[in-house]
Amino acid sequence: MRISCPCCGTRDRREFTYYGAADYLSRPAPDAAASAWDDYLHLRDNPAGETRDLWYHDPCGSWLVVTRDTVSHAVLGAEGLT
Amino acid sequence: MRYSGFRVFAQGLRGNRGWRPAWRKPAPKAAYDVVIIGGGHGLATAWYLAKNHGITNVAVLEKGYLGSGNIGRNTTIVRANYFLNGNSEFYSHSLKLWEGLERELNYNVMHSQRGLINLFHSDGQRDAFARRGNAMLAQGDDAVLLDREDVRRMLPYLDFEQPRFPIFGGLYHPRGGTARHDAVAWGYARGADQRGVDLIENCEVTGIDVENGRVTGVQTTRGAIRASKVAMVAAGRSGQVAAMAGMRLPIESHVLQAFVTEGLKPVIDHVISFGMGHFYISQSDKGGLVFGGDLDFYASYAARGNLPMVEHVMEAGMTLMPMIGRAKVLRSWGGIMDMSPDGSPIIDRTHIEGLFLNCGWNYGGFKAVPASGWALAHLIATEQPHETATRFRLDRFATGHLLDEEGTGSQHNLH
Repeated sequence: MRISCPCCGTRDRREFTYYGAADYLSRPAPDAAASAWDDYLHLRDNPAGETRDLWYHDPCGSWLVVTRDTVSHAVLGAEGLT
Repeated sequence: MRYSGFRVFAQGLRGNRGWRPAWRKPAPKAAYDVVIIGGGHGLATAWYLAKNHGITNVAVLEKGYLGSGNIGRNTTIVRANYFLNGNSEFYSHSLKLWEGLERELNYNVMHSQRGLINLFHSDGQRDAFARRGNAMLAQGDDAVLLDREDVRRMLPYLDFEQPRFPIFGGLYHPRGGTARHDAVAWGYARGADQRGVDLIENCEVTGIDVENGRVTGVQTTRGAIRASKVAMVAAGRSGQVAAMAGMRLPIESHVLQAFVTEGLKPVIDHVISFGMGHFYISQSDKGGLVFGGDLDFYASYAARGNLPMVEHVMEAGMTLMPMIGRAKVLRSWGGIMDMSPDGSPIIDRTHIEGLFLNCGWNYGGFKAVPASGWALAHLIATEQPHETATRFRLDRFATGHLLDEEGTGSQHNLH
């Protein structure tokens, strides 16, 4: 598996650390209802197929949103978080 | 047909022509009392529904053939070395069921209590393991704290002087061990079938019917089946099954790889776990070294992993026991793990009446099979959680009553 870092180009999977689903980008407001926090922290669509998740590129320190296929492991794209 | 040593002998004299299939291949009926989705833990659930509760108008729906899913993708370790209340009593119950399983099912599941040793590598880790061992003893199970020389007597082939993780000792769990994974499934399947349960293979569920907040049946590739109680027991694919009922689960699916070498003469007598290196190993009765490591750490349904983790596992094995370096790896595979945010499973009702959920087994589903089936059967039959499984609630993430055995927090891949 190879992932395209917008900063460094296509690099080996060993250089990247997985964090979790892109759900982590939609953090609720601090005073949001407990159910919103439960949703954010725990509940996942967990698709068998195309998914978006967060990876960290260790050498350059970029956070990436990677679009992948969870069944074939194909990496369909990656965009940097600004 | 009852199995016995005499029958094996008699069949041997007659050219083994008298054996019959171990279960029927029935067509699905239009309606059942209970439909179980998933022929893994679901087989145990069906067996205990029939045996403990007398409920036999039951169908187990399996999308492939029996044993085609995660049943054939584990590393067969059976243990009861949990610490937290909630987990401890459940796995203790499971191990007791394992110990009577072969007699109960009249089936040789090759349960081998060869002992499990968890190695530790620092004073702090020794304290943590002593505490875990005390919790196991308090639960009524067995645990022995071994010092370095004890471990050296039992496992002389380990590299005790490795600079990064010198071996300080181990926590020995003598009743831990292994079992033959598919024999367990076959044994439960045969037992359930003999009591009247229909095992429907090649039958994928495509929809769950709900009317007025109550489950009424399922749609399948072999037609609609009505049932007033439906259990989702499809760990590995829990998210897809639950989505048919409009549910979103606290589960992320990950791939966990495992490996087996060519057959060797007996060399590793126990199950050895090297947690700091993410490595564990045992030797199958056929002689292959069966070992594995940690998750690949990214969400996956591929049932196969990538090479970086293969390399890491091999390195850890060589670090721990250099003697295995010349064994040839025959196969590797990946299992799909339901990873929950606290590393513990879910056995509970859902917001839909009559719909039950059993999922979230992380890496630990195999040893749990008997107690999982027992507890789910109890829940289905009585609508009350079994006393050993009261804390595996679906709402514990929302209420904060987590069972975080490793204390790594709410991130699915860290357990």
